[in-house]
Amino acid sequence: MLEGLLAGLSTAFSVTNILIVIAGCLVGTFIGMLPGLGPMSIIAIMIPIAITIGDPSTALILLAGVYYGAVFGGSTSSILINAPGVASTVATSFDGYPLARKGQAGKALTVAAIASFAGGTIGAILLMIFAPALASVALLFHSAEYFALMVVGLSAIAAFAGTGQVCKALLMTFLGLIMATVGEGVLFNAPRFTMGVMDLQSGFGFITLAMAMFALPEAIYLVLDPNRSKTGDGDSGEITNLRITRDEAKRIAPVIGRQSLQGFFIGVLPGAGATIASFLGYAVERNIASKEEQEQFGKGSVKGVAAPESANNAAATGSFVPLLTLGIPGSGTTAILLGALIALNVSPGPRLMIDEPEIFWAVIISMYLGNLVLLVLNLPLIPYIAKVLSVPRNYLIPFILFFTLMGAYIGQNNATELLLLVGFGVCATLLRFADYPLAPLLIGFILGPLLENNFSRAMQLYDGMAFVWERPMTLALLTLALILIVLPSYRRRRARLRAAGVADGD
Amino acid sequence: MKMFKKTQQLVVAAVFAAVGATAQAAPVVDSVHFLIPGGAGGGWDGTARGTGEALTKAGLVGSASYENMSGGGGGKAIGYLIENAASNHGTMMVNSTPIVIRSLTGVFPQSFRDLTLVAGTIGDYAALVVPADGDIQDLNGLISAFNADPSGVAIGGGSVPGGMDHLVAAMVFQTAGADPVSMKYVPYDGGGATMAGLLSGEVQAVSTGFSEAVELAKAGEVRIIGVTSEERVDAFADAPTMKEQGNDTTFVNWRGFFAAPDLPADTLAAYQDALTKMYDTPEWEEVRARNGWVNIHNNGDDFRTFLEEQEQVIGDLMRKLGFL
Repeated sequence: MLEGLLAGLSTAFSVTNILIVIAGCLVGTFIGMLPGLGPMSIIAIMIPIAITIGDPSTALILLAGVYYGAVFGGSTSSILINAPGVASTVATSFDGYPLARKGQAGKALTVAAIASFAGGTIGAILLMIFAPALASVALLFHSAEYFALMVVGLSAIAAFAGTGQVCKALLMTFLGLIMATVGEGVLFNAPRFTMGVMDLQSGFGFITLAMAMFALPEAIYLVLDPNRSKTGDGDSGEITNLRITRDEAKRIAPVIGRQSLQGFFIGVLPGAGATIASFLGYAVERNIASKEEQEQFGKGSVKGVAAPESANNAAATGSFVPLLTLGIPGSGTTAILLGALIALNVSPGPRLMIDEPEIFWAVIISMYLGNLVLLVLNLPLIPYIAKVLSVPRNYLIPFILFFTLMGAYIGQNNATELLLLVGFGVCATLLRFADYPLAPLLIGFILGPLLENNFSRAMQLYDGMAFVWERPMTLALLTLALILIVLPSYRRRRARLRAAGVADGD
Repeated sequence: MKMFKKTQQLVVAAVFAAVGATAQAAPVVDSVHFLIPGGAGGGWDGTARGTGEALTKAGLVGSASYENMSGGGGGKAIGYLIENAASNHGTMMVNSTPIVIRSLTGVFPQSFRDLTLVAGTIGDYAALVVPADGDIQDLNGLISAFNADPSGVAIGGGSVPGGMDHLVAAMVFQTAGADPVSMKYVPYDGGGATMAGLLSGEVQAVSTGFSEAVELAKAGEVRIIGVTSEERVDAFADAPTMKEQGNDTTFVNWRGFFAAPDLPADTLAAYQDALTKMYDTPEWEEVRARNGWVNIHNNGDDFRTFLEEQEQVIGDLMRKLGFL
């Protein structure tokens, strides 16, 4: 192992490879900031370049750099203009955008950068030490457990079910789940609910819906209410301020530590990935936070930015475990990476560490390097990036609209997406007027297919619901979900009773 | 001075090489516009762009452009090509086995008959795969395990029920005399998830593309218990065919090119000529090897016969399974 590590070190630390990591991270960060181009498409764009390089280690280091850069850059548009371009940064916008609205964009971006760095680095360390041992963990989950895990993820909606909002949040979640069923799924060989419209056959696009629910209503609100935010003409010194107070640092440190670990392990599971990790991270941190802090979630809590950001980066690293040790891609992105590996004549799998240790270790070492480079590159850039928000409103709003529309169009080259975007955007704005939370809809939409597919597979394999009690891990996860959902309202009720002086036992 | 001379020689050589290249082969087709019925990064996209790359680099086609038109499981691009046939003589559309399956199930109203058939160019065989260290070691083991306890053997696959992976497994079962209707088929979202399901022990065997299983089989994680080719495939000759185990199932998941209806005969001939010549170029060999594709060439009328046969076999099976 030590020999391989040294060989990997010397490979990764050659001048070319360090330059390549820096170049890859830069390209990834900047393209990743554009909504609509997630890590998957950026890697697909870079593969021909990587293959012409020829040397597998260098090519992989380039791709890993681009991947990290894209994951890193993806949170920027979530925080600044409420336009999550990738599903794994949706949870980041829950608190990142409110923070930016309060004029603390610089702080939000800094917290995201540090949390990402920590998540990625801790993930890389865990990968280095435990990768071979974790191969079996990756195969521990069956469809039944994935279903239960998605239920736990769904409990993230509790954050949007404030007083009197429970019904509204549930309603929006169900609406999201229903919208997820449109189109040709994995389960049936006929399209569902397309009403004969051919463009709906592949379902609603994630980007289209994300832009319609988050970015577009926000832009419309900015137009309708000139006094809405101080981002437009606020004190730019405050917007670009990176400083995190000592108290905030103390509060986010344990969050980052916990979520890096949890995110990594969720990333290891081939059926979960960075998006699930970010929702679970958000849900868990909100539920274990103290009461006052819990109120802050969804309104601009630094913890709410740190949790999903450390979780999704750690999960991105974790998803390399099944790829490198089993040759199984755990996500769309790693599936594309697998294709690149095979094209470079590298066969990922249990023999990779034995046959080609320098490649294995070079990739892991480039992960540390990539994360470090990203932090060093990004921290000084944050004031400039955050300045986007001090652009006068009459320029900023068209700019947001342009990116929103481009993001929806670019993935599919299909103009129908634009019509859907505007239609849903108007509906979403009306729903916001009526004070319906929109995030649960998107959470339902993202988790819906995973819930349905895994549930149906489990039902099929067990000829019914028997998996719920026959598989202890499924039962445990479902119980956890129940606790996460019931606990907050129990606590609230107790607090109310205590205030009334009738609670017993204390 | 010596240095200078060497440079001069190189320049001269380069000029000659350039002249030589243009003199040697005027392109067979000036330009081709590739219509891709799916988004960037998918199998169709890779096929069109890889073929275009080989054709232009080898000088068989002057220039190539690409257009992604996703929607309707490929139906949108087919509809577009038919509606705008007159203005699309310079267009070739990529497609594959699903055009047969989806027009049978009525996902879109058209079929391959409404288009001009250029050629089937590449393909992949299908395979049944089990975990390397499991109880089932060969095809007959799988069939007898199924016959002993039909609900205890689940077959996973990366397509929807009634899709390609399901149909291949059902074909094998039917040929072996087992009841394909009571076969428990569990659909996953793509090949990677299918393999994870197999290795986790959730399903007993999976039906997948041969090339998708080769790497894991080489690594000793899974065992390929049957390939749907006539003879063993060079890429992994350890894998037995279905045929040599007494099961006559053969199946090719092809990919190929179509053109607008009523394409002039000389344009069609030029496209077919360019594609035929492509197989002998090193540029194609590089693209093919990079993607792990198998050359399966079916020109014009052969392509039609092949598609009609495939439609017949798949249609019969789908009717039997109750999907039609």
